[in-house]
This record gives sequence, structure tokens and C-alpha cells, in this order.
Amino acid sequence: MTDARTEILRRIRAAAVPPAVAPPRHYLRHAPGLDETDRPTVLALFAERLTEYGATVLRADTAAAAVAQALDGARSVVAPVGLPDEWTADWSGEVLVDRPLLETARLDAADAVLTACTAAVAESGTLILDGGPGQGRRAATLLPDLHVCVVRASQVHSALPGALAVLDPGRPLTFISGPSATADIEMIRVKGVHGPRRLAVVLLP
Amino acid sequence: MTRSFLGWPAFPEAAEREVGNRQLRENVRRATHTIRGKRAVLAAERPDWEALRDAAAGIKDQVLANLESHLLQVEEKVTAAGGTVHWARDAAEANRIVTDLVRATGEREIVKVKSMLTEEIGLDAALEAAGINARETDLAATIVQLGDDLPSHVVVPALHRNRTEIRDIFVREMGRHGRPAPEGLTDEPAELAEAARLHLREKFLGAKVAVSGANFLVAETGTLVVVESEGNGRMCLTLADTLISVVGIEKTVPSWQDLEVFLQLLARNATGERMAPYTSTWTGLGPSKGADGDGPQTFHLVLVDNGRTRALADPTGRQALRCIRCGACMNICPVYERTGGHAYGSVYPGPIGAILNPLLKGLDDPQTASLPYASTLCGACNEVCPVRIRFTDVLLDLRAQVADGGKHPVERAALGAVGGVMEHQAAWKAAVKSIGLVGPLLLPRKIRLPGPLGGWTDSRTVPAIPRESFRTWWKRTEGDAK
Ligand code: SF4
Repeated sequence: MTDARTEILRRIRAAAVPPAVAPPRHYLRHAPGLDETDRPTVLALFAERLTEYGATVLRADTAAAAVAQALDGARSVVAPVGLPDEWTADWSGEVLVDRPLLETARLDAADAVLTACTAAVAESGTLILDGGPGQGRRAATLLPDLHVCVVRASQVHSALPGALAVLDPGRPLTFISGPSATADIEMIRVKGVHGPRRLAVVLLP
Repeated sequence: MTRSFLGWPAFPEAAEREVGNRQLRENVRRATHTIRGKRAVLAAERPDWEALRDAAAGIKDQVLANLESHLLQVEEKVTAAGGTVHWARDAAEANRIVTDLVRATGEREIVKVKSMLTEEIGLDAALEAAGINARETDLAATIVQLGDDLPSHVVVPALHRNRTEIRDIFVREMGRHGRPAPEGLTDEPAELAEAARLHLREKFLGAKVAVSGANFLVAETGTLVVVESEGNGRMCLTLADTLISVVGIEKTVPSWQDLEVFLQLLARNATGERMAPYTSTWTGLGPSKGADGDGPQTFHLVLVDNGRTRALADPTGRQALRCIRCGACMNICPVYERTGGHAYGSVYPGPIGAILNPLLKGLDDPQTASLPYASTLCGACNEVCPVRIRFTDVLLDLRAQVADGGKHPVERAALGAVGGVMEHQAAWKAAVKSIGLVGPLLLPRKIRLPGPLGGWTDSRTVPAIPRESFRTWWKRTEGDAK
């Protein structure tokens, strides 16, 4: 009796699919309707799309004051390994450093999480985290109800193709486009199901 | 007991029953029209929309032409990254593999990310038979599971339910499966979502094993991709110790960069969003092989055929395997809008269901053989499909196969139609009768029909292939089946 792998591969060969031509790729590699080199416009689009989702966008020259403003009302914030200390300098709440790894229940009880990101996409208002320094493991950005993410202007790509090109697919990646949501009940959009219900982005130059 | 589509009646019979359900028709109509509108706006926002579709269709054709090498690449990369790859010829084999893997962990309750493939193979029921309780975590899938119901849409499986029905299901069932619904729960969607959040939170935090599907499987890197809105996917993919992903072999895309095409099309076309709130990607156990405390410590990938190689061998039909399950074809379909998803007797309803089910399962069964007739051939699905599946070509080809199959010898050919579904049961019967009165009819190259069928014949040349209405076909062959 042949094993499943051998049999499936045999069936695929037996299907005799003819070779396919190279796919046409005439789509845009940047966001439509703007000049990608015009950075202020790209950043304005990023902020606009995030705001449409209901995310809070704070533009600032340095992180500390804006982070403190974004965390207003929270009592505790999870800080991933590698997060710059100065980001929480202006904030007086409890900072929970994720080393040694915080228990899941501890993450769940935290009010907020503060992270960096690895890239962002203006057109879709997307933040991309790869678990690198200051970005934390995936559970840490999932369980607290408020996610504050610090983005540097240079990380913002106008559209998805540019961002994908700089990512490392070997790392676990999370693309976040607005807060958790559902439209499963009569197609009415409800914000906040399982992931963080509030998202705030601090956009640095 | 977990319900299933096993032994479901053929489309005409099932449709007739569903069309009589006023509430269902209203729910489906409202939901499909809402998504349609959102989709149209978001598709129009991209001036290169047609170019994205061209690319998506072309890339998926490459996938089908190179499937063997893609799967071997996936196997190599996933294994190198600390995962284990399993192969399953059919549903029974896939269910056995997953059941054995869960059993080996000793867990009795596991969590699931919504996956059409695991619905297709009946995994929940197989696990239940082995004493394992698999809890769905997507809101719509939770509604379906708690209501002991069946999915009726690939993106919004509970689309046939309205808020009051959902409230009643939550109040009645949640307490039997964990945390009960809050006291005084109303039918406000936000309150219902909150009830689901609370009910499922304890399940996520306690779950040791999670089962997922995947939207894409990148051959070049062995990366799995899950696109979702609620965060239930992230919970399952991140918090469990053991992750088992069950994926159809057609889900591959050649390269990482190819995701730029599919991720830009999928959410726009599925829910009318630029991107779904969450997209998660992972490759095996990641760079640390699970040692950094980020995500599961054990990862299994089960690659499932279950009829896909049968579809692949059909020269016209194989394009159905390009499908990325965006649901747009069902949202736009006038037949689906009247019958809802259950009439198709499969987790894949609507136009894709009308072609994919017969291609996966063959045409011997009267239920699958009835599906290519569940269409007015209006072609609206051709226009919205992001991977440019030519539904009308495949439907006509499958009808010809049914006619030529020998099992159902051709006595006559009439124009296939489901015009009657357009209104209500009486009109349905009248329309079917009128089609019947058209009688034996071999179509000339161009034909103009009155009524709801007129539209497409105005603008389209009809290939002269023998066809008959599915109702005529059903009547004629019903006797054979019994
Ligand atoms: S067949 Fe096309 S339109 Fe229908 S669900 Fe699949 S990808 Fe979407």
C-alpha cells in the first residue's frame, strides 16, 4: 500500500496540468493617487486611515509625552524586552517588563501594552510586528485591552508591496489593521472582540 | 450531536424548502446587499483592480501547474523550521491524523480557528466521536456551533441568522458549554459580541491545543497565513502549546512577495475592508524553534487532498481551485440570495459551491450532480471573483458532463434556469413550469429569453451545449437515484 504522500503526489502528476505562463504584474507597487516620495502625504494618509478605524493617532517629536497621553487611564503597561526606557519616562503607572516571561494571566490582567513595530502601511493603516526588540511576543500584544504602538516615519510604506519586501517571513508576523472587530451579526461592524479593543499609534518623525 | 450535510437533498428540493423561509430570505438579502455595497466601494478605490485580478489568476494558475514542487518545498521548509508535515488523501485520513495528534496530548477540549476545510472534512464530529470537544472561536462559527446549525457562507457562516435569533441561541446554549450569557442580554450586536468575548476568553486562556486552517501557504518559505478580524485566530495561534493546521493542498502561493496580490484583494473583496484587522503569518516554530516563549512549542501541518486532485484533473474545472474563499460570488448571486447557503448541501455554497462540490466529489451523487444547475448563468460571479474563475464556462462544462455521464442519459435539453427562486415558492414553481414548457430545446448560438433570464442572453453568446433546468433534470433522474 502506498503512503498518502506518494499517492497525492502521483495524483498531482496524473492530473497533467500544462505549464502556466508567468503571471502579468501590472498592478501598482505604491498607494494609488499619491507620489510615494512625497513623505508628508504618505504619513498623512497613514494617520487618516488609522483614524478611520477608530485608532488614536498622536504625532510627536519624541515618544515620552505622547506615550503617557496614549496610556492615560491605564494603571499597568506590558513592556516587551528591548523597549527603549525613555518611552515610558513620562508615565507614572506600573511597567511590567516581560522578562522573565509574564504569566498569561498576568498579561490578561494588564491594562495596556506598549510596543515598537517593524514596518507599517499607509494605505491600509497597517502596523506590522515581527517579535524583534521592543515588539514583544505575540501573546503580549494580544491580551491587554489597549495597544500603544510607536512608529517611526521611515517605517511607513505607502502600500503593502513595499512593506512585504522588507519583512523576514521566517519570523512570526502580525499585521494589525485597526482594532479587533467583527461584522458577523447582520454585517454591523462591532469594534473589539478578542484582541485589544483600543489601538493608539504614536508617530515619530 | 454535530449536524452535517451528509445525506442532504439535491438542490431543487433543498432550495424549495429554504425559499419558503421568509426570515431566512430577509436575513440573507440584507447581509449580502450590505457586503456587496462595501465591496464595490473598496474595489473601485483601486485603479489597478483589474490588474490585481489578472495577477491573482495568473499566480494561482502557476500554483496548479507546479503543485508537486510547491508542496515538496513547503514540506522541506516547515520541517526545517521545527514543524511536522502530514499528508491526508481524504477526509477520513485527515480526521484520523488530527484525532491521533490531539489524543497524544491527552487534552479533551481544544479551540479552533474558523476553517472551511475542517468543516468540509467534518473534523468537529470526528473529534467528538473520539471524546474530544472542539470549540469554535470565530463569532459566526460560535453562533453556528452553539445553535447546532450548519454554516451558510464561507466568510460569515451565520449570515442566515439575525440578531434576535443569535441572542436566543446565546442565552440558551452558552451556559451548557462554559460561561453563561450575561443576565439580561439584549440583541444589540455590540452586547452579543461582548458575550462571546467573555464566553471564549476562559477557553483561550486554558487551551493547550489549537486547530487552524490557513488562507495561504507560501511554497518558497513554508509560511502559513491566517487572515481574520476578531483576534480569535491570534488567540489560538499564539496561546496554545500545540498547533495543528489543516490545509488544502491548493492553498499554496509560490513566493512570499506574491502575498502582496492576495492580501490586497482578499479583504476588499470579502468584507469591504482594505485589510482585515489581523493577518498572522508563521513558519514552523520560528527562528527559536519555540524556545522564546512566543507561540506554540509543537506545530503540525496536515496537507489535505480530499478531492482536490480530482478537480485538478478536470481541464475546465481546475480553475475552481484558484478560489481564495472571499465569498464575493455568493454575495452577488441572485440564486444564493433567495435560497441561502444551506440549499447547496455543502460548506461551500453559492457559485463556487455549484462548481467546486461536483469537482471535488464527482457527479455520481444526485446531490452534487444537481449543483451545476443551481445557476441562472447570469455571470455576475465572473465579474466579482478576484481570481477570475469563469463560473459560466465551468457550469456549462459540468452540465455537459452530467448529460454525457451515461447515468442520466440525455433525452432532451432545455435552458437551465432557477428563475422561480427569484420571487417566492409559487413563482418558483410557475417559472420552473414555464421553463418546462419551453420543452426540448437545442440552443442556437444566440437566443433572447423573456423575464429574469433575458439579461444575460442580451449580452452573451450562448455556447450550444446540451442543458436542462435542474428541476427538469431532477424530476427526470430522481427515479434513477432511488
Ligand atoms: S470563487 Fe472567487 S468570488 Fe467565489 S469565494 Fe472563491 S475567490 Fe471569492
